[in-house]
Amino acid sequence: MPGGDAEPPAGLAARRVGWETIILSWFALPASLLAALLLGAVMMLLLSVNPISGYHALFDGAFVGSYALGASAARAGPLLFVGVGICISFRASMFNIGGEGQLAMGGLASAATALALPGLPSFVLIPLVLLAGAAGGAGWGAIPGAFKAYFNVNEILSTIMLNLVAVQLMNYLLAGPLVDTTQNSTFGLIPETRLLPHSSWLPILIPGTQLNLGVLIAVLVAGASYVLLWHTGLGFRLRAVGMSREASNYAGIKVKRTMVLAMTLSGAMCGMGGAMLVFGSLAHRMVTDGSLTGFTGSDGFNGIVVALFGGLSPLWSIVSSFLFGGLLTGGDALQVATGVPPDLVTTLEGLVVVFVVSLEYMRRRARASSLAPASSASRDGG
Amino acid sequence: MTDPGALSHLEETDPRTLSHLEEAVPLLQMSAITKRFPGVLANDGVDFDVAAGEVHALFGENGAGKSTLMRVLYGLYRPDEGKIAINGKATEISSPAAAIRQGIGMIHQHFMLVNTLTVVENIALGLKSSRGPLTDLRRVAKRVRELADSHGLKVSTDALVWQLSVGERQRVEILKALYRDANILVLDEPTAVLTPNEVDDLFRVLRQLAAAGRGLVFISHKVNEVLELSDRITVLRAGRRVGTLSREAASRESLVEMMVGHDISAEIRQAPAAGGDKRLVLAGLTVRGDRGQEAVRGVDLTVESGEIVGIAGVSGNGQRELAEAIAGIRAPEGGSALIDGKEVLGAPPDRVRAAGLAYVPEERMRDGIVPDFSVAENLMLVESGRPPFSHLGFLRARTIRRHCQKLVEEFAVKTPSLDTPARNLSGGNIQKLIMARELSGRPRVLLVAQPTRGIDVGAATYIHKRLVEQRDAGTAVLIISEDLDEVMSLSDRILVMFEGRVIGTADPRTSTREAVGLLMAGVVPS
Repeated sequence: MPGGDAEPPAGLAARRVGWETIILSWFALPASLLAALLLGAVMMLLLSVNPISGYHALFDGAFVGSYALGASAARAGPLLFVGVGICISFRASMFNIGGEGQLAMGGLASAATALALPGLPSFVLIPLVLLAGAAGGAGWGAIPGAFKAYFNVNEILSTIMLNLVAVQLMNYLLAGPLVDTTQNSTFGLIPETRLLPHSSWLPILIPGTQLNLGVLIAVLVAGASYVLLWHTGLGFRLRAVGMSREASNYAGIKVKRTMVLAMTLSGAMCGMGGAMLVFGSLAHRMVTDGSLTGFTGSDGFNGIVVALFGGLSPLWSIVSSFLFGGLLTGGDALQVATGVPPDLVTTLEGLVVVFVVSLEYMRRRARASSLAPASSASRDGG
Repeated sequence: MTDPGALSHLEETDPRTLSHLEEAVPLLQMSAITKRFPGVLANDGVDFDVAAGEVHALFGENGAGKSTLMRVLYGLYRPDEGKIAINGKATEISSPAAAIRQGIGMIHQHFMLVNTLTVVENIALGLKSSRGPLTDLRRVAKRVRELADSHGLKVSTDALVWQLSVGERQRVEILKALYRDANILVLDEPTAVLTPNEVDDLFRVLRQLAAAGRGLVFISHKVNEVLELSDRITVLRAGRRVGTLSREAASRESLVEMMVGHDISAEIRQAPAAGGDKRLVLAGLTVRGDRGQEAVRGVDLTVESGEIVGIAGVSGNGQRELAEAIAGIRAPEGGSALIDGKEVLGAPPDRVRAAGLAYVPEERMRDGIVPDFSVAENLMLVESGRPPFSHLGFLRARTIRRHCQKLVEEFAVKTPSLDTPARNLSGGNIQKLIMARELSGRPRVLLVAQPTRGIDVGAATYIHKRLVEQRDAGTAVLIISEDLDEVMSLSDRILVMFEGRVIGTADPRTSTREAVGLLMAGVVPS
């Protein structure tokens, strides 16, 4: 940097938009999906499965026919809730990796609410359990948010750690205070709640499919989050803080409060996803298997992929959640049709993550290199 | 070594003339160095040489071109014109690594040390080990201790760098250069970070290094230090070499006069502003800097409505900390700051703004704008949540666009559109954007730090005009600038800051640039 002598002035900072930037911004995501699918094909070949018939099964299972579409959409709902939450926190530069824990806490809060108030009619109970889920997740998001804002504790670490805490708390509650004691099992009790009151079930929108009200609410929440981020003062401040804490503070924005709020909102979205996992499930109970992802099915992590794939936009996340919901649903079909291990689908998904994240990195690097050398005035003497 | 210059060197050094050459050939000879940046001529045909055994000072204001010249020497910049010869043989220095190979060592103002490594590890960093892939730290440590002992550089070699004081870190930097056999040592404002005692120690070491036959370049803007340490002094002003004096021929007055040049008539100032109410009153303001040192030590000042008060001074003397403390960005240590009689010191930025302050910050890319936000978003950074731009929490897009369009036109911000990311604008237009935003709130007190640093002349003139307009409209304006011309031509009163204090005041109508320049260099008229 030229010090106080000469800040590279006028004009130099103009961005030149090269073909790299264009390719990266428009083709990066489809290409990463394609690359993952190609690698998946190689793996299928290694497992002596015809990749064409394999992918055919996957596609049919995900997107062909109203039943498949409904199942994919139902699978996409919780993913979308988490994805939208991730959009909000990442936009504020808060890297919320705590979707898993926030899902669990949201699920617990909503299930407990429904169990405590079984007599309420649907139009009261359903909003109530969703709000309870939001509150549970919000609390679990606010903690790492506050730790980050006020004590500068790395939120990536704290959210990951809080995932473990939440899951253990859930395992304890589902096996203890909330357990369904009416089940008759000779081999100990399954960690699950009683059947939840019928009035709390998320109603099926199209009979004969799994498409339930939760999906519609998730889409509405995504739309509302878009409005929040780009058309409200709060969203403006949130994005400002995400891009420059210094400039935001200078301009009089309450930076710390905004950081906590971003994590709280993010947690609330994930918490609603947890409620949907409970009340939109086929079992209509909150149930886990004692493993870390027994309740969430890794949706807390998959939601991050949804958000990244959706370019951290709540609206694009609707599309990408459906895509990933389809991948997961179709993965089951693939497994049934060809007998590949379920891990293959998990691997596929992991590959998409790797490609998306590294492409995101390349995109950022391309942008950085297309900018003029940093021109912020340095303070050295001349 | 496959140094192409080695052969020519042999040809030149005819044994018969060798003793003669040693007299005449300086260690370093830089001839007619010219370095241009877009719109700025940072070095304009500068000649500079260093003989073995001398300390040669580069003296001048900020922005005079001292650092640029040395960055050319160290291979950080390619000169557009000019030649560099080392020991009489022409050479091209393409990178710092090449400079180090040529025996040039540079002690930067900001140390280039890895805090979590030990002193010895830092010195060995980047060097080949004598034991191949294994480290030979014990051997390095032994040599470092020898070097340290022979040059009086007290350093604990096994300490981790973060445990060291600033003075010790500087000694590590010097040792690092000596370890790499630096024969020409460049020190960029080495005293800026030191306590007076440490300065004495440093000067002793530097004199000893020169006495041992090395050539030292001492970059400074402090006239007393330059006179104390140097054998010769070269003064730069606005990228040109004004002259080179031997210490005997130099005096404080002559050096300062050479540094600041001759008075440029202040054409901007109009009728002296009528005194008004006291808008900003600072009393005993004390602020710590980033390194915990007392950067501002008890500053008192008052700015009345309808006047421009200028704070002159070489940057790094507490001006930045002063501004940031007033604006609520930096926690103060003590004192008080009243805006319209209301205490705002220590209040968060939004409350200081609510009290009537607008602030154009020095670090414009970091504090002044969100680079990735659009022009419109940056214009709304302060007021986004308030009526009429927001209603029940929702932004009112049309009102906002109309307001931003108006501001962009009013302040002649050149931008392709309101949606262009602010980082794509030029420095001058970014500063106009910030001014537009800050003035749109109709401030009671306007605080502007380095209003035109690094900005092209056209934009600078425009910004000056707006500042005077503000003054005439009755705003209390406080300008902090290291550009003496700017302070002289804009201000109604001048305060000079040196080492955290206001060491003097001047009336721009009656004072000369030399008088202010002396104060900036820390010389208080007795």
